[in-house]
Amino acid sequence: MTELNMAQALNAGLDRALTDERVVLLGEDVGQTGGVFRVSDGLLEKHGADRVIDTPVSEAGIVGAAYGMAIAGLRPIAEIQFMGFSYPAFDQIISHVSRIRNRSRHRFTAPLVIRVPYGAGIGAAEHHSESTEALYAHIPGLKVVVPSTPHDAYGLLLAAVDDPDPVIFLEPIRLYRSARGEVPEEPYTVDIGTAMVEKPGSDVTIIAYGSMMREARAAVSELAQDGVDVELIDLRTIVPFDSETILESVTKTGRAVVVHEAPRTAGFGAEIAAQIYENAFYSLLAPVERVTGWDTVVPLRRAERHYVPSVDRIVAAVSRVMET
Amino acid sequence: MMQMLQILNTAGSLVGESPVDDASIRDLYAAMVTARIYDHKATALQRQGRLATYAPYEGQEAAQIGAVAMLEPGDWLVATYRDAAAMHSRGYPWTQLLLTRTGDERGGHPPAGVNVLPPSITVGAHMVHAVGLGWAERLKGTDAVAMTMFGDGATSEGDFHEAMNFAGVYRTPTIFVCQNNGWAISMPTAGQTASETIAQKADGYGMPGELVDGNDVLAMYDAAARAVDRARRGEGPTLIEAVTHRIQGHTTADDDGRYRSAEDTARWAERDPLERVRRYLEAAALWSQQWQEGIESAATAAIEAAVEEAESLEPFTTGEIFDAMYAEMPQPLATQRTGAAETGST
Repeated sequence: MTELNMAQALNAGLDRALTDERVVLLGEDVGQTGGVFRVSDGLLEKHGADRVIDTPVSEAGIVGAAYGMAIAGLRPIAEIQFMGFSYPAFDQIISHVSRIRNRSRHRFTAPLVIRVPYGAGIGAAEHHSESTEALYAHIPGLKVVVPSTPHDAYGLLLAAVDDPDPVIFLEPIRLYRSARGEVPEEPYTVDIGTAMVEKPGSDVTIIAYGSMMREARAAVSELAQDGVDVELIDLRTIVPFDSETILESVTKTGRAVVVHEAPRTAGFGAEIAAQIYENAFYSLLAPVERVTGWDTVVPLRRAERHYVPSVDRIVAAVSRVMET
Repeated sequence: MMQMLQILNTAGSLVGESPVDDASIRDLYAAMVTARIYDHKATALQRQGRLATYAPYEGQEAAQIGAVAMLEPGDWLVATYRDAAAMHSRGYPWTQLLLTRTGDERGGHPPAGVNVLPPSITVGAHMVHAVGLGWAERLKGTDAVAMTMFGDGATSEGDFHEAMNFAGVYRTPTIFVCQNNGWAISMPTAGQTASETIAQKADGYGMPGELVDGNDVLAMYDAAARAVDRARRGEGPTLIEAVTHRIQGHTTADDDGRYRSAEDTARWAERDPLERVRRYLEAAALWSQQWQEGIESAATAAIEAAVEEAESLEPFTTGEIFDAMYAEMPQPLATQRTGAAETGST
């Protein structure tokens, strides 16, 4: 076991993945500088310029070329520098990457990973703080993964590289350095499609993922001091959605609060709430609450704090559902 | 103005050196005759309501068949909805090509070993895929190349730039074949670009560009063969502009009388890609009516058999539409599948 932050864990995961000769890493500035977040630091020197590829500023080119590579038998890992810059590649993803298996009835497949740093909280420039995972969750044929710990970041990354289907791999920018934890020395994977009950509890279920796990954990501690026993679930994978773990928990606690920093309307929290209502309605003691970003453009640095869900907002939502 | 490569003129006379012998010219001619029969058959089937919309390629047979003639089995082809002649030449069966047009995803599944992707419906995005395919082959250590086909309209898409730029920067073994057929639905090429030719755009990407008479199968063969050789030797990509003409409408749903005159097309009929080869062969005493009829009847029989095979396939059941979304069906989708299968399509 070594203690690593999430960026270091991802670096270790990429390094491990690159021991498979089919794996190539490509994206803007991933080689010489090690990526704008230094996640691929040192990998160019170790694995060479054929395998760790600095590309032109060309998101559709990066994803489209990675898609072709995947069809030809490689296992490319494409990096998009920020989620707000993933949209030039959106057509490649929605029109090609996600559907080649179906449109060729399994004859051609695109096992590639698209790594996308996402989320607000570091006071970056416009377009650098997006959390638009629902756009990708809505596309049939993709998997969408989002770790919140160094352990899961490493394990989910290796699982994504092994996966026979395309995976959108979201990396919470805010947690790259602030999330620290133990990572085993031996390679391992974390199953895609499995949520984790991070802390069992009996009164209310909080469901969060990625960057918001930090606020959710803090809220759980604060609520514990008030005698509220929260069950905290880290979704880890958005698609395929692990409804079983969520429904089992909510059936037990009777209360649910869903947290994400993405905008509220048609955010993934709406899907989670709908599934709870459809399948656990008679166990509910209170309406499901959503704590989300607002239906606004993510504010720039000076007003960002008004947007990103805070510990206080989560605590308030839990308190409301506990009133009934 | 760039010089346009022509080897066989419309009168059927060689004006340059043929890259192939007469036996091969006969094969190329037979392939073009067969392709045209398919094109006419598919149009007729659409008129009978047996195919969904069909995009005819009449007039572009030489551009397609000449371009792919030098490809090897390991090479890749990434083409469009109007490129059935090229795809069939690379081993994509008529049955699957028809199936796609009947509206059935099984048309996207050519046999194992046929390195031809299902036809791209989106305009332009697929050019980048050929860059990735060729690049992967180089990284894998093979000498396989990737060819992509697209129209003049596709060169206005941003993906054209991204594909050409990537191919140029990484010197990927990619052959870009633009069939400039004069029209992108109703927009003439002159409205698509202010560039005098599409071929000269290659300059901006550090790769050779070649302007070719796309209705001359020998010129197409020659230009493509040199581009394929260059790519295979690791010398990078090439852009070929095949100057041709779309004789029919954009698709069977199009009315081209709304935007172009009949004379426009009639002029091009004189430059028909098949007739000039027939004249050449006839002059060389290598063509006979009997041989022609033999090609036609063999083609008709093969295509009729493909129609029968395609139409004999039962449409998907409700459940089957779920079955190729993932390698392993995720639980939420399996649940939907069960629910959908219970209620059926009603």
